[in-house]
Amino acid sequence: MSALICEVVYRGIFQKNLASRITRGIVLSARKAGRWGIAFGRYGDSPQRNGIPAKDFAIVADTKEELEQNMARYEPKHVDVTICVDDTLSKGVESWAWYGLQPINKLTVPNGTLLMTSLQSPESLLKDIHKKDAPYKLSLIPAKASFAGLWVYREDHTEVRILGALAKIAPDFLTLDAVSQAIKESEWGSDLKVASAKKAYERIETREIKMTEGNGEIPFSFEMPKWWEMREGVTIPAIPVGKPKEAGKGYVPERNPYFKKYTTRTMRPVIDFDTCVKCNLCWISCPDSVFDVMPDGTFDAAMEACCGCGVCEAVCPVEHCVTMVNEQAFDDNASQWEMWRKDKAAYKTWLGTKIADKKTTVRSHGFRFRGQYDQELKAELDSGGVEITAGIPGENAAHKTV
Amino acid sequence: MAVVETKAAQAASEDKELLISGSEAVAEALTLADLDVVTAYPIRPYDTVMQAIAKKISGGQLTAEYIVAEGEHSQFEIVKHASTVGARVFCGSSGVGWAYAMECLVVTPPLRVPMICLVGNRALDDPGAFGVEHNDALFVRDLGWMLCWIDTSQEAFDTTLIAYRVAEDRRVFLPCAISADGAFLTHSQAITMVASKEKVDRFLPRYNRGDLLLHPDNPITVAPQANEDWVIEIRRQNDEAMKRAYTVIEEAYADFRKVFGRGPENPWFEEYMTEDADVILIGMGTISLPMKVGIRNMRAQGKKVGLVRLRWFRPFPTEKIVAALSKAKAIGVVDRNYSFGSPFASGVVANEIRAALYNSDKRPPLLSFISGLGGREVTLEDVYKAADLCYSAATSGKSDARTHWLGVRE
Ligand code: SF4
Ligand code: SF4
Repeated sequence: MSALICEVVYRGIFQKNLASRITRGIVLSARKAGRWGIAFGRYGDSPQRNGIPAKDFAIVADTKEELEQNMARYEPKHVDVTICVDDTLSKGVESWAWYGLQPINKLTVPNGTLLMTSLQSPESLLKDIHKKDAPYKLSLIPAKASFAGLWVYREDHTEVRILGALAKIAPDFLTLDAVSQAIKESEWGSDLKVASAKKAYERIETREIKMTEGNGEIPFSFEMPKWWEMREGVTIPAIPVGKPKEAGKGYVPERNPYFKKYTTRTMRPVIDFDTCVKCNLCWISCPDSVFDVMPDGTFDAAMEACCGCGVCEAVCPVEHCVTMVNEQAFDDNASQWEMWRKDKAAYKTWLGTKIADKKTTVRSHGFRFRGQYDQELKAELDSGGVEITAGIPGENAAHKTV
Repeated sequence: MAVVETKAAQAASEDKELLISGSEAVAEALTLADLDVVTAYPIRPYDTVMQAIAKKISGGQLTAEYIVAEGEHSQFEIVKHASTVGARVFCGSSGVGWAYAMECLVVTPPLRVPMICLVGNRALDDPGAFGVEHNDALFVRDLGWMLCWIDTSQEAFDTTLIAYRVAEDRRVFLPCAISADGAFLTHSQAITMVASKEKVDRFLPRYNRGDLLLHPDNPITVAPQANEDWVIEIRRQNDEAMKRAYTVIEEAYADFRKVFGRGPENPWFEEYMTEDADVILIGMGTISLPMKVGIRNMRAQGKKVGLVRLRWFRPFPTEKIVAALSKAKAIGVVDRNYSFGSPFASGVVANEIRAALYNSDKRPPLLSFISGLGGREVTLEDVYKAADLCYSAATSGKSDARTHWLGVRE
């Protein structure tokens, strides 16, 4: 290996600055050994949109020529390390740009590494991560999805923990000393962060993934039209009008056949059809027209269209009728209403479990109440044994915590 | 599709002869074309056409929405939107007014809006000046606008009808700016044949926006955001539309001749005494007048000079112009515009013609002239000087790398 190519798969806005700190950190660490490097984002992504999967890249090489060799393309075709900083992205990457669904390990080279932050076990993650036609390694750092975003930067040490873990994965390019030095020199560095990087270096857990392991589903894809197949005048035909759900009752709209939102969301609504008062508010308020009207007048959220914004939970007048739950708690996109219709008691149990399992299900991204993320950090984050929410540099200082 | 029908059309079958300016001739054509929506914002010399249309409406000859906008930006936006719902639209401006509308001018071709405009050519500020220069209309030369230059009131009338016919053809659906030299054409009145409504109806079908029509029965989204996966395909579509315009323009002129019994064989440019010419001068717009007079005088002295007056600048008649020019011993392009810092510091037309000739086996020496800026008169002396310089180049067989400014005090 004379070049190291890394991608960081992250969520728009929430993790935009995190991704860029990581890719910059890789290049600046490799520079300690005289290597050349570049850090860049996939420009066609839309990292300014909430939760949209996006990518940044870091390439380091022994010589400038080798670097150019790898730079002369829009997005690397193969990467040595895929870094995923939100484990809901284990379901795949569906960018704003309508590329279809790209498995999280798609660009990872054979025997390369998929490095993730997650509180889940490899087995649980492999229910979502697509099968690959070559073996690779899955490395985990125990952590929640970081909220180190565009507007607010939560200093949860995720960037340095990733860099520490990379020193273990690619020691030829990034030694722990070089990483520590680069962290210290950066405007956001500190001794505490160096300590976090070293902890991650020790605590990273890696497991070989065989070709037989993973989610066997064929990822959604579509072919882009030729110029002469597209309607002229920058014109897009509207989504056609929908149909009744069944027996002339209810209403299911047609949906965009190309752009699905299976991986756009970090949370999804679960609905208690027994307590629903059929007020229509979720149906009216949902910005993505996700709700299908069921024959009985309740509303089922179609998972192909839901971006996970949480508006339905906010507007529903009945307590605990709509609850947003971490996307990671689900392994499929099946209809909740059908599940409920089939077996109401079983559905109630299922629903109760999803809502009660706070450990997995609580996600912040900040929308429920101010200070939620800080509370989570204090309560749950495995920071390698170091208390990180007090006395750290930056805007997350103690006095700002609500 | 006409949104509103014109109530009091002129007697349907009669042609009539009127003494009118180029701008008034455009208004006559718009009336017969049963224009639906027109927007206005005053700036000289374009304002003459907006006044002429207002008179048509107030006189009851034309029923159309006449919207006075608060500036050129809105002026062009309004007609752009009106066109997407199926209205036949007209708009126009001059000089920096046209520049102020630039953001709308840019989006009109990709949205495939067949907007027809009159650009009353005017010098760009500064200095604030009313006189003609072609740089204003040329702003949009690379953007998918069809661009033509007219020379007489008659051509103003005819070209307006032809422009609608071409722009509203489903194969094209591109905007077209008709350029008229400020003062010389917009403000001078000449005898003009105004055709009957019956003939115009035979020539010009109703505007049918088809599957691009913005209407509740045809639900579409127009102008979404797109990334690099889509933009080049959209540009390629525009490229194809502009290429198709060649055929559609030829068809329109042929039909025009059939219906109206006049009009040029060659839509693209007028050739004056070029048959046996040693030297051919090239220009656009009313500059042809001193050139033709000058040529006649020079011919009397045995100098075989001819003129090519370019009508259509976009699409550019590359092959035809090469064929017409490559037979001369030398050619001189007289630009009423400038392109500072361009190759050979030439005007825009000179460089286009240089580029067109590049692949030709026979490339006569080409001389480039800048003349008549800001409405300065192009004198016979200027024409003689240009022709003489071309003659020297014909003798030496060499192009002159210098661009000559004619009529500048030095
Ligand atoms: S979270 Fe609720 S409101 Fe938001 S897109 Fe999904 S269903 Fe609609
Ligand atoms: S907002 Fe809540 S109560 Fe109202 S229809 Fe939707 S799910 Fe039912």
